[in-house]
Amino acid sequence: MTADSPNPAVEPDNVQAVVDSPADVDTGSSVGLDPTVDPDPGIDPSSSMWTSRLRRAWMSKLPPDELLPDRQPAYVASWIYVFGVLTLAAFLVILVTGLVLAFAGPAWYHTSSPGLFTNSLHFWSVQLFFVFMVVHLWGKFWMAAWRGRRAMTWITGVVAFLASIGTAFTGYLVQTNFDSQWISFEAKDGLNAVGIGAFFNVANLGQMLLLHACLLPLVVGVIAVWHVLLVRSRGVVPPIDTVDTEFSVTPADGASATEVRP
Amino acid sequence: MDPIYLAGVNDPATYINWGWLSISVPNLIVILIMIVLFALAILLPFPKGRDRS
Repeated sequence: MTADSPNPAVEPDNVQAVVDSPADVDTGSSVGLDPTVDPDPGIDPSSSMWTSRLRRAWMSKLPPDELLPDRQPAYVASWIYVFGVLTLAAFLVILVTGLVLAFAGPAWYHTSSPGLFTNSLHFWSVQLFFVFMVVHLWGKFWMAAWRGRRAMTWITGVVAFLASIGTAFTGYLVQTNFDSQWISFEAKDGLNAVGIGAFFNVANLGQMLLLHACLLPLVVGVIAVWHVLLVRSRGVVPPIDTVDTEFSVTPADGASATEVRP
Repeated sequence: MDPIYLAGVNDPATYINWGWLSISVPNLIVILIMIVLFALAILLPFPKGRDRS
């Protein structure tokens, strides 16, 4: 031990001695030293802890090879199957630019060139988001994508679409320009007519801003994640009357389609 | 110098009236783009990856 070492327990020589002589260490229950004890208690199938039950349920419903697959069905090699992930990509751009706009504020995004550019990026990525999502919706509708125990995948997609409309609508209302004033007072008449104008007041900028920047993006994000997890667990829907085949995307495997899930 | 816009987003949109149907030109353009995209996504061949023979 050196004189300038403040704590002898972390003296390098002492640490080495502990590692060299594990039997000298009193660990209380000696877990990890007894060969009869499972070295990884996390996979104990009989454990009734909620963490174990949650993990077992997750692993049975969504094992890692389905969550991050290296093989895809052969029918996925079509442009119509690209629009789901295009929608997700546009959504990510919306989230990132929306965060920048929220932190920088309207005094920045209404006046400076970078602010106007970010504002436009946010706006146009929303336009692309809806275009991609509608094409995705048409593709899935015409191939009856709710087949094969995929009803919840379809339903979460529908709910995500509706929540996205609400998010975009409140976004139009918080532009703080003449366009947003016009939209809000046109909508106010309609919402008053159906009796929800006092609860959902589109002329209340603070309420619309909180809904647009806080609540609704969270709703869309959670439903979108749920939707993607369902797609991964149920698999991508095959075209109607198509043999279910899959390709490997690993270059080593290289070759032809192999039939799965007949 | 005033910025040059491709479209006047602060101006009222032009509307097309066809019988009972009334639709703004911007909305009509977006719908047509989506229909064309959908048709192209169905018809265009998907490029083959290097790992598929």
